[in-house]
Amino acid sequence: MAITIAAIRGVSSGIRATRDVSEARAVAAPARLEWRVAHVVSVRDETPHARTLVLDVPQWPGHRAGQHVDVRLVAEDGYQAQRSYSIASAPESPNVELTVERLDDGEVSPYLCDVLQPGDGLEVRGPIGGYFVWEIAHGGPLLLVAGGSGIVPLMAMLRHHAAAPREISARTAVRLLYSARTADDIIYANELGRLAEAREVDVQYTLTRTAPADWTGHRRRIDRPLLEHVAWPAAEGARAFVCGPTPLVEHVATLLVELGYDPLQVRTERFGPTGP
Amino acid sequence: MQTEEMRLDGNAAAGMLRELFVRDVTGAIATCRLCGNVAPIGGLLEYGHQMGIVLRCPTCQGVVLRLVHASGALRLDPSGMSLLTLADGAPVS
Repeated sequence: MAITIAAIRGVSSGIRATRDVSEARAVAAPARLEWRVAHVVSVRDETPHARTLVLDVPQWPGHRAGQHVDVRLVAEDGYQAQRSYSIASAPESPNVELTVERLDDGEVSPYLCDVLQPGDGLEVRGPIGGYFVWEIAHGGPLLLVAGGSGIVPLMAMLRHHAAAPREISARTAVRLLYSARTADDIIYANELGRLAEAREVDVQYTLTRTAPADWTGHRRRIDRPLLEHVAWPAAEGARAFVCGPTPLVEHVATLLVELGYDPLQVRTERFGPTGP
Repeated sequence: MQTEEMRLDGNAAAGMLRELFVRDVTGAIATCRLCGNVAPIGGLLEYGHQMGIVLRCPTCQGVVLRLVHASGALRLDPSGMSLLTLADGAPVS
C-alpha cells in the first residue's frame, strides 16, 4: 500500500514538473503576431486634417515608444487594404492611440478619419518594429525632429518621458524640432505647450507655408543653420529620431551626420512622399 | 512620382517580417553580400510593392532581401545577405 502511494506521488509530482516546464516555455515563447479586432473607445480631432483614434485592443501585450501597428480594412468583396500607423500613446497609457492624417486621395485614412465611430471595430496587429524605439532607460540627450504627422511616434516618446519619475526625466533632456505647413497643422499643440513648460523639453516649431503675424517660431524648411541652432552639439552624444515625409527625413538625417552625429544614433522613420 | 520619395525604412517591413520570423528582426544586423556593409534591418531602405517588399543596402543600393506574398506562399530571398545577427536578449517585438 505504501509503495503504491509513493508511486502515485512520484507520478503526480512528475506530471506537475512537466506542466511547470511547459508553462515556463509558454511564457518564454514569443507570441505570434495576430490580427485582433480593436474596439474604438473614442475619437478626437487634433487638426482639420488629423484625428486620434483611442483603441481598446484585447490582449494588448504592451508597446514601446516609437512602435507602430498595422491596420487592415476588408471590403465586402474581399478586397483588402493594409497600412501602418504609429502609436501616439505612451507605453504607460491603458489604451492604444493612433493619430491618423487624412490623405484626400488615400484608401484607408479617409475611412479612419471620417467614417469610423466610437463603438466600431478595427482590425489591428502589433506592436511592430523594434528599430525606431526609445525607452527612458536609454537616456539622453534626445533630439526629435518631426515633419507633419511624423510627430506621432515622437509624441509617444515625449509622453513616455513625461510619465517617468521626475528625478529620472530631469536627467534626460529632450529637444523637439517640429516642421508643419501652418500653425493650424500643428498636432498636439496644447499638450506640447504644457510639456515645454513643465518638463525638460525644449519645443521649437518651424512653419513652411504661412505663419500668423504674431508667430515667434521659425519660418522656413529645415536647413543646416536651423538644425545647428536646435540640435545638441555632436559631442553631447545625443540620440536622434527623425520622422516625417521621406525627403525631409533624408535631408535632416544627412545634415545631422554632416554635423558629426554618429549615423547609428540617427534613427529614421520615413512616411513616404506626403507631407509639408 | 519619384521612387526616392516612395522609399521607407526597413522598420516599416516589421509586420511582414513577423509573418516569417518568430522574433522582431528590425534590430538584427544584416551584412550586405555585395559591399559588406553592416546595418540593422530597420535601417535598410524599403521599397514596397503590391505583393511584398524589397530591402536595399543604404551604402551600395544592392538588394539585401526580398519578401513576397503571392500565389498562396510567403517567399524570402535572402541571397543579398551574407549574415544576419540577432543579439541574445533582443526584445521579442
